Amino acid sequence: MISNNIPVLIPITFLVTAFFIVLFGQFRRAVAFPLAILGTTFALFVSLSGLVKVTTSGTIHYHLGGWVPPIGIEYVLDPLSAFIASVVCGVGLLVLIYSYSSVKFELPAKIVPFYGIAMLLLAGLTGIVVTGDLFNLYVFIEISALSSYAIVAVGEKKAPVAAFRYLLVGTIGATFYLLGLGFIYLLTGSLNMADVAKILTVTPVNPALVTGAVLMIVGLGLKMALFPMHGWLPDAYTYAPSAGSAILAPIGNKVFAYALIRILLFVFNKDFIRMELPVLDVLLWLSSAGILYGSIMAMAQNELKRMLAYSSVAQIGYIGLGIGMGNMLGFIGAILHIINHATMKATLFLVAGNLRYKIGHSSIDQLDGTIRKKMPLTSAAFAISALSMIGIPPTAGFFSKWYLALAGIERSQWIFVVVILLSSLLNAVYFFKVLERMYLQSANYKEGTYSKTIHKDEVPASMLIPTIIFAVMVVLLGLINAYIVKYIMTMAPSGL
Amino acid sequence: MTGIETYTSYIPLYAVLVSLFVVPLIILSSRNPNLREFWTVLAAVIKFLLVLSLVPSVFFQNKYAVIDILEISPGLSLSLKVDQFGLFFAIVASGLWILTSVYSIGYMRGLNEHKQTRYFASFAVCLSATMGVAFSANLLTFLIFYETLTIATYPLVIHKETQEAISAGRKYLAFTLSAGAVLLGAISWLYIRTGNINFTPGGIYSNLANFNGVDKIIFILFLCGVGVKSAIIPLHSWLPTAMIAPTPVSALLHAVAVVKSGVFGVVRVIGFVFGPYFMIQTGMNNVVIVVASLTIILASLLAFAQNNLKRLLAYSTIGHLSYIVLGAGLLTPSSFTGGILHLLNHATLKITLFFCAGAIYVVHHKENISDIDGIGKAMPLTMTAFTIGALGLIGIPPLNGFISKWVLGYGAVEGGKIIALAVLLLSGLLNAGYFVPIIYRAFFKSSNEFGKYKEASLLMLVPLILTALVSVLIGAFPKLMFGLYDVAMSISNLVLRGVWR
Repeated sequence: MISNNIPVLIPITFLVTAFFIVLFGQFRRAVAFPLAILGTTFALFVSLSGLVKVTTSGTIHYHLGGWVPPIGIEYVLDPLSAFIASVVCGVGLLVLIYSYSSVKFELPAKIVPFYGIAMLLLAGLTGIVVTGDLFNLYVFIEISALSSYAIVAVGEKKAPVAAFRYLLVGTIGATFYLLGLGFIYLLTGSLNMADVAKILTVTPVNPALVTGAVLMIVGLGLKMALFPMHGWLPDAYTYAPSAGSAILAPIGNKVFAYALIRILLFVFNKDFIRMELPVLDVLLWLSSAGILYGSIMAMAQNELKRMLAYSSVAQIGYIGLGIGMGNMLGFIGAILHIINHATMKATLFLVAGNLRYKIGHSSIDQLDGTIRKKMPLTSAAFAISALSMIGIPPTAGFFSKWYLALAGIERSQWIFVVVILLSSLLNAVYFFKVLERMYLQSANYKEGTYSKTIHKDEVPASMLIPTIIFAVMVVLLGLINAYIVKYIMTMAPSGL
Repeated sequence: MTGIETYTSYIPLYAVLVSLFVVPLIILSSRNPNLREFWTVLAAVIKFLLVLSLVPSVFFQNKYAVIDILEISPGLSLSLKVDQFGLFFAIVASGLWILTSVYSIGYMRGLNEHKQTRYFASFAVCLSATMGVAFSANLLTFLIFYETLTIATYPLVIHKETQEAISAGRKYLAFTLSAGAVLLGAISWLYIRTGNINFTPGGIYSNLANFNGVDKIIFILFLCGVGVKSAIIPLHSWLPTAMIAPTPVSALLHAVAVVKSGVFGVVRVIGFVFGPYFMIQTGMNNVVIVVASLTIILASLLAFAQNNLKRLLAYSTIGHLSYIVLGAGLLTPSSFTGGILHLLNHATLKITLFFCAGAIYVVHHKENISDIDGIGKAMPLTMTAFTIGALGLIGIPPLNGFISKWVLGYGAVEGGKIIALAVLLLSGLLNAGYFVPIIYRAFFKSSNEFGKYKEASLLMLVPLILTALVSVLIGAFPKLMFGLYDVAMSISNLVLRGVWR
């Protein structure tokens, strides 16, 4: 009985949990954390069982309030959305476990609001994933956006400014999307994704359709920080609290990339996107520019979190490239990179959080060899995911590169193949800069503070274990990628 | 493939994994150096025995051991396949690892080096990766191990952790990671184009009716990808820089495992991917011959300018690696055989030389050639071994180096490439030109600096004598030599079948 409700149950769980956290949090602050874990675990369980259900018995449709689409709002759990929802919940759960010590350390006074907002954020993100309705998508975009502004704003001293900038840009993005949706609605008279897709196949191309499509794509591009619409991201991710950036960076903009995939490859007519509007080509160029720009900017950073943020700008470009290739291999590359990058970036941001927790900062030029002795496991986790970002087999990152390179070669897009291969070298430059410091920089130059015996001084288990799980996942995802890829192939839109 | 049977066996997998498996043990026993080194030696011995246990079926019965580990990408598996060539390389690398492990213990303790745990752990990973390279059944598997080898060698290159070592590490990574990216591009391209990236004797292109300029570009990309580790000029300059690593690393990795993985890759690409038919039809064999010849001559000339003994050996390595590339490029039965034999012969000779250089450094802290006048009196055994190694590389009979050079030269004549023969002869002279002065200085010049007899510890002395002895034995005992010759010849026949008959 429950199985038909799975699509809606995922975001609802988070909404309800958020409500109870704030309610009971008024009386006892300590309940916030267990409630959040409970809610997220339940949502993860639901989405995983949805994943199983979808693979065995096909797509699940849920009609909200019993109203049949296209009138009513529909929630759809197909292989793609079930997969992304599970990734979001899984990453969310691990990061939340991690956040226990981190939030107590960084935001002692704001524990209840933090978890309340985090739940709302996850509600928004999972809602974007499961909804089958274009307007409902907008609603969830706003839910996730408002809560991410708040999550950023509770961070460091400069965070409110970063959050405000994020808010301005984010609002513009959402508005663009809504405006575009207006055009589409006027043309088709429907908001349901499947319905709109069907109507669009018989709609002649006209300026209104083109305008609507472009506005929607630009809006989502802003949200996913596609170059050159990435300006808000570095500040937001840098100044957000560690737990906040660890939850935003791996899944925040990935979900918008997912929304873009939905709209481009599932809603809009394939011929329209390919022939009438060179969206995919534009996406390829922008993504490549983003990869190069993000990587080069990352090299110039001295703050680890900021470096990782610029690296995210580059990595979203990988996903963009995969979508832009418009073939099966590109689709595989894009979806695989969503999960691969979520895992890698989560590890890296958790490591940055661990550093802040133990040594009080994460500026690269102040790191030295003592880190490796003090925090051997944290350092190892960093090293593994850094190698994955560079694309060393058999880690996950290598396989993203492999499928994207295959996709590019298949379509004879040589420039983009070169960009993919080149970017791994650029990643090597800035990650080895950190690794050299972490592992090789001798600490002798600091007089007095250096003692021969540095004791192991790792972060608490609640922070360490999620970090390690993510790092292990980075390797594991690489080794089992064939199974994931075969599953991804079942999610592809028809005719890809 | 007709005539070749395969059978499923886990032995290749165990041979790859055994050294990986001891890594945690090495790390856990970091406080107990004797136990830690025991693990290394144990893994080395087990690995060698596992590799040897494949000899009867692969060499004598022509049955290849294969194992599909897991599907790594739809339609492609991470799989190992032990053919004669792979096993040949695996025997060389794993056999020398035992000696190098023993030598390493003497060297690291003799210098009281820091971070020995990291050193031994990385070394073990390197050997796993090398076995993986040797046993790879397809290009994707090859790439995975090849890149692992790149990363696992890095901690060894920067071992000293000085500014110089760190920049050497950067240079090393810049070259090898770029090569890895190029190789990835080349493999993807080949996969999209032909759908087949399995190593096939004679090449997958022998079945393709027509190939064009695009395939030539793919080949050039491949050559660049594997050319960095095989130190083909102009892709060589990381190797002399990487000599900052501890000497056992230079000895095994930068004379055997890493660089030979590169050369192994070149031979695989020429003989088992593109094949002689493609090479000759497109004229790509001439490209390889020209590049290899230039490398041989230039590297030998550059060696003259070196005063640092290890850097000299590095340039000498660059030259000798291209002997093997040249042998593959000439594509005649004898040249191919000679190239494969040189893979072994150069390994035993060059490792001897590096061991000697390390022994000199540990005992007398000398690393420049100008400082070793008269050292032959203090270290007679070491310098005798050095002399054997040097004479072998010059190509003096009855040492093993002579034989591979002879077969290579014969192959050059066979292929009608007299220029290549001239290159080999000239290279012999140049080798003599830079090695003889060292021997002369060591034995015939006198200096007061090295007074009494003082050799390195037995842990170092025994391995270097053994490698020198092996070099002599391979050369002096025709039976042993002919056994190896037959193996090399059968590989060459598999690859060249149909082209030269």
